[in-house]
Amino acid sequence: MGKTHVDSILSGNLPLMARLLTQVENGTAEGLAVLNELFPYTGKAHLIGVTGAPGTGKSSLVNQIALHYRKSTQPNPKRVAIIAVDPTSPFTGGAVLGDRVRMRDLSGDPGVFIRSMASRGSLGGLAQTTASMVQVFDAAGFEVILVETVGAGQTEVDIARLAHTTLVVESPGLGDEIQAIKAGILEIADILVLNKADMPGVDNTERALKGMLGLSHPVEKIFHHGETMVTKGGIPAASSGWVPPILRTIATDGTGVAELVVAIEQHAQHLHQVDEWRSREKVRLEVELDALLTETLAARFRQKLPEGFFDNLVGRLVKRTLSPREAVKLLLDESENAM
Amino acid sequence: MTEFHIPGCAAEVRQYNARVNDILEETMSEQKIRVLVAKPGLDGHDRGAKVVARALRDAGMEVIYTGLRQTPEMIAEAALQEDVDVIGLSILSGAHMAIIPRILDLLKANGQERVNIFVGGIIPDEDAPRLKEMGVKGVYGPGAPTAIIVNEIRAAVKPAK
Repeated sequence: MGKTHVDSILSGNLPLMARLLTQVENGTAEGLAVLNELFPYTGKAHLIGVTGAPGTGKSSLVNQIALHYRKSTQPNPKRVAIIAVDPTSPFTGGAVLGDRVRMRDLSGDPGVFIRSMASRGSLGGLAQTTASMVQVFDAAGFEVILVETVGAGQTEVDIARLAHTTLVVESPGLGDEIQAIKAGILEIADILVLNKADMPGVDNTERALKGMLGLSHPVEKIFHHGETMVTKGGIPAASSGWVPPILRTIATDGTGVAELVVAIEQHAQHLHQVDEWRSREKVRLEVELDALLTETLAARFRQKLPEGFFDNLVGRLVKRTLSPREAVKLLLDESENAM
Repeated sequence: MTEFHIPGCAAEVRQYNARVNDILEETMSEQKIRVLVAKPGLDGHDRGAKVVARALRDAGMEVIYTGLRQTPEMIAEAALQEDVDVIGLSILSGAHMAIIPRILDLLKANGQERVNIFVGGIIPDEDAPRLKEMGVKGVYGPGAPTAIIVNEIRAAVKPAK
């Protein structure tokens, strides 16, 4: 892959882009070289993250959102890329990636590109190279990039750093108010989607979510002891004044998806208005740089150690004759001596 | 190189570390075999496809499972987008002699001749050699041990990498 490849990816060569995605995912030297060349062309796409517990309907919802973007009445509907991340088995390193099963409505549309990705041992709901794959789609001119996370649960907050707009998908019957006030996944929502809105218990779930939102965002009117009261002041707004809306959807038949896409577009507009689009980009690139630096430094550091040194320390940890912190100190001392 | 010794412990630790490294290397390994498992045609029995998908996962491969009633066009499109090394098809309806040539043609049109095709299901004995002539790498019937499928997929993919 070289310069000519960069050009043909920019001009929409999909088979080549698919090859490049594999190379980027595998971290091959040539793949990363092309990625460097593509980087100047990135920064245009709207990155939408979709997260939530397993079985809440993330894949079906992504299918519907993409369909909606493609069916839009505008003369040039936006091109949509989808990255669907599923877990890698920590025991065998294999994975079954099943998100495409829910996305069959999108097949046959050249304006949609779906790529399944295994998490390959990374926690936090995304794979290590998800951000790089996003850059490939961005450079190739996909205007909307939907990233669906693994769906492991409350710690999947990486997506909020990657995406401009984060959807947290909930469904009835998954938990009570205590789940809703726990820290973690609900806090990262720009939009809360209450999927499976045709199921019993949907009102309770919505009430719990509203209660949670009321704690983190100021509300003017509250319902308390049987009457509506007006509150003044309240808790200051968490960020830029955007209060995450709660939207009901039924992803299996598309109910509520049009309203959801409107909310997604409104959020993008809001980010531009308050200049948060750019600050989110900055945070994202900062995190990416930091992660790359840590990874590269750690690899280089371990190369410098005498053979067996690391293993020896692990042995002493196992015997409890050394604590992990002491081990790190020994490692640092050793590497300084080596330099 | 300095050799460190901890009486009575070093051997086990080294062994343990070697195992951890093996697993890590496998898990993080750059060259994962990617397999698309698809069920073309109209029969709705996907137990076999799921068993194979699971076995390939346990063998450390990344399996993209697409579900029932896929058209050849859907399969070729998914194979292109997912950049797979292997397509595993499960066909029980007897339509294999119509479906498989069509998939092979579409792959060729996409420049994906390098993708290895494996077929499982109810395939009459006299059809298996004809399928292999067309370029299918393996044909498996009911009761085929998954270990054999895994090995043959590995053997077909490795040299190409």
